[in-house]
Amino acid sequence: MFNASLKDLSAMLSGGKISSVELTREFLGRIDALNPEINAFITVDIDKSLMQAKLADAMIASGRAHPLTGIPVAQKDIFCAKDWLTTCGSKMLSNFVSPYDAHVIERFNSVGAVNIGKTNMDEFAMGSSNETSHYGSVKNPWDRQAVPGGSSGGSAAAVAARMAPVATGTDTGGSIRQPAALCGISGIKPTYGLVSRYGMIAFASSLDQGGPMAKSAEDLALMLGLMTGFDSRDSTSLDRPVEDYSRDLDKPLDGLRIGLPREYFAEGLSADVEEAVRAAISEYEKMGATIVDVSLPNTKLSIPVYYVLAPAEASSNLSRYDGVRYGYRAKDYKDLTEMYEKSRSEGFGAEVKRRIMVGTYVLSHGYYDAYYMQAQKLRRLIAKDFSEAFKQCDVIMGPTSPSTAFNLGEKGDDPVQMYLSDIYTIAVNLAGLPGMSIPAGFGKNGRPVGLQIVGNYFSEAKMLNVAHQYQKLTDWHLKMPAI
Amino acid sequence: MSISLSDVKRVASLARIAVSDAEAEAVLNQLSGIFGLIEEMQAVDTTGIEPMSHAQEIFLRLRNDEVTEQDQHEAFQKGAPQVEAGLYLVPKVIE
Repeated sequence: MFNASLKDLSAMLSGGKISSVELTREFLGRIDALNPEINAFITVDIDKSLMQAKLADAMIASGRAHPLTGIPVAQKDIFCAKDWLTTCGSKMLSNFVSPYDAHVIERFNSVGAVNIGKTNMDEFAMGSSNETSHYGSVKNPWDRQAVPGGSSGGSAAAVAARMAPVATGTDTGGSIRQPAALCGISGIKPTYGLVSRYGMIAFASSLDQGGPMAKSAEDLALMLGLMTGFDSRDSTSLDRPVEDYSRDLDKPLDGLRIGLPREYFAEGLSADVEEAVRAAISEYEKMGATIVDVSLPNTKLSIPVYYVLAPAEASSNLSRYDGVRYGYRAKDYKDLTEMYEKSRSEGFGAEVKRRIMVGTYVLSHGYYDAYYMQAQKLRRLIAKDFSEAFKQCDVIMGPTSPSTAFNLGEKGDDPVQMYLSDIYTIAVNLAGLPGMSIPAGFGKNGRPVGLQIVGNYFSEAKMLNVAHQYQKLTDWHLKMPAI
Repeated sequence: MSISLSDVKRVASLARIAVSDAEAEAVLNQLSGIFGLIEEMQAVDTTGIEPMSHAQEIFLRLRNDEVTEQDQHEAFQKGAPQVEAGLYLVPKVIE
């Protein structure tokens, strides 16, 4: 049951083989057993989850079930959920009980899905290892010495350890795809604007995008259909018809053109990751796909561009944490300025403070043109690289991360080393394109490898089709860590 | 371009983040590394390229000028550090 697909769980629920209350108890039991070690959840609230499960059972009994009715969903602690502690991984919000639901939470509630708990994450989603969380690191279920990736590391570890059938994540520079890759699960970051950001705590607003994390592409398709859709409360929400993302899952891949960017198979890529990714690509060739050599020449620039734009937006977004209206306030201060300065100094962790300072600097007088404007111009060049590449291919494939999961503490306190590991995911956010990661085997240390699939704008149904066809031929996505 | 200790202190002050001298020293090293990375951008000639501020070419929507939200100040102020009579309290700023 812990390895069952959403389709199977849903059939069990509607067929009366198990109730949502029983299913929820099973997963809560698994969380109880595994979470003390894995630390994937910040908050678990048994009473609230079981209350939702009871409501779901009533919905199922009345025949009003959606495929996600009664299914436990682990929610990243970046999504505000009414009456739930919502910390965003920060001490700053360690006392923040949300008075309202995020759009994404509303959508899950509307079909009677069960919130099984709030997952651990890098503080304010700033990190690639989950080590910046105020609530401690998450351990990779495949190897407790390894990081789960980040920032949605708790969600990825929860699904990998089968503490939840599915989870939500957010992706600003790879925060769904990279932890999905490092934990051996599937995850998709949709086209920017498809999933409302209302109630999703802001990091870098022009890049942040919510999305689903699950075992398989088939499960992702069901979740994505629920999570997307216009929301007037997010000024960047796109007003377009809701899609059935499962509609093309079974289409054959004959004639599919897969672009392999030269820059994604260059220096810096681990040999074992390359081997697994190339093996996956040859599976696609067997399915009738053709390989096209493409180039994304500005790939290297995506890291500096991102580490100007994201901190700039963050410095503005995080100015709201001032110790006045909600969140942490320092104990002792003599005036208003000191109250701000001490509340922010004590409430934010080191990485968040660094990024706020970088952002403040690049936006400050005299540096704005040289850094911020230059980065925005380069962002256009990076987006153009993709539009050129998509003239020759239908999807782009490559590794999600240059290596398998690194060890906890391995990158030390050198932020630049950490930033460089985002090389294959960041450009996708800058361009606003959809990207996903699916399991494609294991590296030489037994840690999972992710295959990244990048599509053109609004091509999620095609990408899920491409991923699903691979998952019909292989069983990497069904492998579970020994626990 | 290299940044100095006084830059770090100025930026921390602009961002309303208290830093001790020892912290500022440590942050200086890390920020220097980050700015070293960022410096790579300067080599590219971007004359004539339009800045891209957003992933989609979107225009801000206008909505009708009508009340859409209920007054929920009690719920929202429940989590505030200090509230009195529906107002947020801060240290005195006007003598």
